[in-house]
Amino acid sequence: MTARALRTAAWKRYNLRIIWLSLLYCAFLLPAVYGFKHHLITGAAAWIAAVLPALPIIGIFGAMGRYLVEEPDEYVRMLTVRQMLWAMGFTLSCATIWGFLDNFGLVGHVDGYWIVVLWYFGQAIGSIANRVTLGDGRC
Amino acid sequence: MDNRLRVLRAERNWSQQDLAQRLDVSRQSVNAIETGKYDPSLPLAFRISELFDLAIEDIFVSPSRHSSKAI
Repeated sequence: MTARALRTAAWKRYNLRIIWLSLLYCAFLLPAVYGFKHHLITGAAAWIAAVLPALPIIGIFGAMGRYLVEEPDEYVRMLTVRQMLWAMGFTLSCATIWGFLDNFGLVGHVDGYWIVVLWYFGQAIGSIANRVTLGDGRC
Repeated sequence: MDNRLRVLRAERNWSQQDLAQRLDVSRQSVNAIETGKYDPSLPLAFRISELFDLAIEDIFVSPSRHSSKAI
């Protein structure tokens, strides 16, 4: 089974949304980094500039939900849900372990947005799990 | 769930891709159903039965009846 064959029309729309949201993320993040680095942003503008890069990431979560709604192939939809469940379990497990290690002073603090990176790594684990158990997966 | 999908498809000389196109699903879906790795929803089971002009129970083997026979 190839991942290519699982690229349905809904999946292509999802990827297009991800590309646009990623571009928007860069458009928000780069000026914010520059502005904060050079102390150009203060007050309410600083709050807005800091939150803006998070919005496209939240949009990606919305795009994932939208994909699940739009995907007409129920088997592909099930594969995706299984993949997301793996990602959720992996992310929550890592966050819990790290939280206790952090609490007992064994590791340092980690920026919260790394949770999203873990989630994507968890999706890869979910894809492997789908391949192993069902013979189908999508990276 | 055991089923006769592969046999019915072979009788018509349809590939998995042919059947997938007729059902408007992916080839992976057809393969997963044929091999019993995935049980289709009731609407998809009806689409399959209507395509082959057979009753659902003529295509899919009831898991409860199957297990009672085994006993």
